[in-house]
Amino acid sequence: MKSTSLHSVHEQSGAKLIEFGGWHMPVQYGPILDEVRCVRSRAGLFDLGHMGRVHVRGPDALRFVDRLFSNYCAKLSAGTIRYSLLCAEDGFPIDDVLLYREADSVYVVVNASNTAADLDWMRSHTGGLRVEIDDQTERTGMLAVQGPSSREVLQQLVTGFDLASLGYYKFGFASVAGLPTTRISRTGYTGELGYEIYFPSDQGPRLWHEILRVGQASGLTPIGLGARDILRLEAGMPLYGHEIDREHHALEAGLEFGVNFDAAKGDWIGRAALERAKSSPTRRLVGLVSEGPRVPRQGTSVLAAGRPVGAVCSGAPSPTLGTNIASAYVSLGLTAPGTKLELDFRGKTQPAIVREMPFYSRTRKAN
Amino acid sequence: MRPNDRRYTETHEWVKLDGDTMLIGITDFAVRELSSGNESDLVYCDLPEPGRSVEAGETFGEIESVKAVSDLNAPVTGEVVDTNVKIEEHLEILAKDPWNDGWMIRIRPANKSLDGLMDAAAYEKFLSSKKH
Repeated sequence: MKSTSLHSVHEQSGAKLIEFGGWHMPVQYGPILDEVRCVRSRAGLFDLGHMGRVHVRGPDALRFVDRLFSNYCAKLSAGTIRYSLLCAEDGFPIDDVLLYREADSVYVVVNASNTAADLDWMRSHTGGLRVEIDDQTERTGMLAVQGPSSREVLQQLVTGFDLASLGYYKFGFASVAGLPTTRISRTGYTGELGYEIYFPSDQGPRLWHEILRVGQASGLTPIGLGARDILRLEAGMPLYGHEIDREHHALEAGLEFGVNFDAAKGDWIGRAALERAKSSPTRRLVGLVSEGPRVPRQGTSVLAAGRPVGAVCSGAPSPTLGTNIASAYVSLGLTAPGTKLELDFRGKTQPAIVREMPFYSRTRKAN
Repeated sequence: MRPNDRRYTETHEWVKLDGDTMLIGITDFAVRELSSGNESDLVYCDLPEPGRSVEAGETFGEIESVKAVSDLNAPVTGEVVDTNVKIEEHLEILAKDPWNDGWMIRIRPANKSLDGLMDAAAYEKFLSSKKH
């Protein structure tokens, strides 16, 4: 099992560690629901060293990225980030990623569990293009600071750069705790104001402790993968292997913003299949809320009038909404908010109601 | 040392003879594993209705934490005569006192033998062998 440069820091802090995507990572430092509340009300610090970081360079870097990924990278201005899918010819995703558009290159951040498959796919689909695919995962680290206080916390360590000037899904480079030209992006997986930073892996422990130190007054605490999963589900964000996989594509998951059919982008792998799928949808990802004791889990069957109509992708107790929430694929015709459905827990049913996602929006709090 | 007035299973239930019936619960180890040491991470416990028959090894209920669901397995065969419904509303009882207040079901056993189940010392040994 792989581990980040912060592994011993987590172990010493008393965190519970689990295997995740081939890495030994902290799932929680304290009660999971308290960690969720901390990020929603104050700020949290996440070790994301397990995520794959790949720099795509070379004369044809942009053409290559636009041929393999579903979003349109060449038309973006440098410093802009886009969500995108890496699709096979059949249109189903191999992974979902963030593309950081640089002047002549692209920095790609991918899921830990898919990093090896993504690299294999990218290296075997260069198609004669002049491109260098540089896997930086092992020699770099990645941290996220997320929550309403994240800006005031991180700004204390950032010099010569005003974080307030960085727009959503934009990135720049600045000095962080004395570390020059450090990549900072206004991105995250929580639905809160937040930032992600990238650095040489040996700097991980020092940055971790510096951020904890300057964040203390704001109530910042370390946050594990358990809370991260609830935060992203509340914010309506997909997790590969749950909402999307090799059998569930981006369009039925409501991820149209990550797919670009512009003629100018040219052909890309999976385009034709997704264009066909777009014209003949069969199911749709919806949000569900379910009052009651049982927490929906991946695979929990969804019923309408006693008949199976779909299955849960992700589910959790939501401390922010005060009820259980889930994402689930259901047949078309059952997707309208307010539709009454049931969850089947080994023969015992619990009511569930279709609800618009995201469940939680920072800019639309009266939900 | 865990109480030696009862027997233990490899799935971390305990069973204690109490007159003509037996009390069944889960161990402190099970509670800690489920809740990662945070009692507020326990979210749900489903116990059977009195009158239900259970076989040794059969699932009689479920307990759920924020991250996972675990089966509760009957250590002995018998009929459920009472359940501790207080637990369903107050899961913190399991963390505070898994041995007494945290009993889950009372069973009228098919027979009173607890042979084949571990005593406290054997359970202790079983736990330490699992760690390595």
